[in-house]
Amino acid sequence: MEADTKPKKYGPRLCCICNQRRAALKRPKTLEQICKECFYEVFEEEIHQVIMENQLFKPGERIAIGASGGKDSTVLAYVLSELNRRHNYGLDLFLLSVDEGITGYRDDSLETVKRNELQYGLPLKIVSYKDLYGWTMDEIVKMIGLKNNCTFCGVFRRQALDRGAALLKVDKVATGHNADDIAETVLLNILRGDIARLSRCTSITTGEDGPIPRCKPFKYTYEKEIVMYAYFKKLDYFSTECIYSPNAYRGFAREFIKDLERIRPRAILDIIKSGENFRISTSTKMPEQGTCERCGYISSQKWCKACVLLEGLNRGLPKLGIGRSRGLNSDVKKDIKQGGGTESIESKQCGSLDF
Amino acid sequence: MQLTLEFGGGLELLCESVKVHNVNVDLPKGAEKLTMRDLLSWVRTNLIKERPEMFMKGESVRPGVLVLVNDCDWELSGQLDTTLEEKDVVVFISTLHGG
Repeated sequence: MEADTKPKKYGPRLCCICNQRRAALKRPKTLEQICKECFYEVFEEEIHQVIMENQLFKPGERIAIGASGGKDSTVLAYVLSELNRRHNYGLDLFLLSVDEGITGYRDDSLETVKRNELQYGLPLKIVSYKDLYGWTMDEIVKMIGLKNNCTFCGVFRRQALDRGAALLKVDKVATGHNADDIAETVLLNILRGDIARLSRCTSITTGEDGPIPRCKPFKYTYEKEIVMYAYFKKLDYFSTECIYSPNAYRGFAREFIKDLERIRPRAILDIIKSGENFRISTSTKMPEQGTCERCGYISSQKWCKACVLLEGLNRGLPKLGIGRSRGLNSDVKKDIKQGGGTESIESKQCGSLDF
Repeated sequence: MQLTLEFGGGLELLCESVKVHNVNVDLPKGAEKLTMRDLLSWVRTNLIKERPEMFMKGESVRPGVLVLVNDCDWELSGQLDTTLEEKDVVVFISTLHGG
């Protein structure tokens, strides 16, 4: 059983599940010491349980996997196609990627997604900012510099994913957000006082009232296990930080979560639990959902954020729609009935993780 | 001592984008064994060319960096106190880069 590497000093430590093979990792969730084979089994089985208990998918559905070429979405694509076969989910799976137009970053990671398309036999659709909005991120950064560029990217990505999903005619989009990401987002939303997002960010499925719901099958899956899984299975993923995103604020939350995890790995699940237990009082005014008068996308304002940002870019006023909405919407808002309090709960964008 | 060190998940960018390094590490003076603690300080001095704070925090790796010794999670072998032997393979993978 211990053929592959030297048994020596780790010899006596056997997997606490099968009691036969040498343990290869310590699970953060349970602190169990388990071997590779048992790890694959419990890792996949837990995700299957999450999918079943939360009824994430229905037989016959078309599902797009939001694929960036990074570790999470690569493992998600691999595991979902595996579970779909094994448990006869009856799903039609697709890979859906967004090309922001960032040279030296997204072009490379899209090559990874194209390899995944062949490796997993999943059809791939790529939607680009250039096609959808007429601007690449490279062009946007050239115009606006490195301040607020993540706002543009975040707003555009969210819509791009929805538009790609509509083109693929899928019923739902599955994303690779993992437990660490969600714990981090709970913290960020508390720090920012972003009530609207705090109540949404722990939901395993969101946007059920909208055109295309999204779900997070890795909601309870630790990042450590995702990376270990990808490493042991030798999955092909891409790992380079976006060249435009220093994203310091999320970075601090991230580091704090990792520090907590080192002391007490359960902390991650506990923070998710706390996030779930926040009750938003019914007297808190939440933004009303409507549709953008310009493009028809869901929006709580007259124009959706993407249209406001785009208008700014095209008029050479890139500050339009950044920060407190002075520009366009606040002008038009005076004409329409008072939005009443929606402004204060309006969510702020942050880097590549939107919930 | 001959060791193979591998950097992944973006950490290779800190050592001139080279993923696999075959290295020869001397035992610290007077020591009988080479531990992961010794190796980390050696790596920091000899291999990491930029942003060492992305790799280390204090005397250990930065939280979020996974370490495997001969394909085994170092949390099972005593982390910094893990002793290394000739021809061991040590892998460092960052989990901190985008998903």
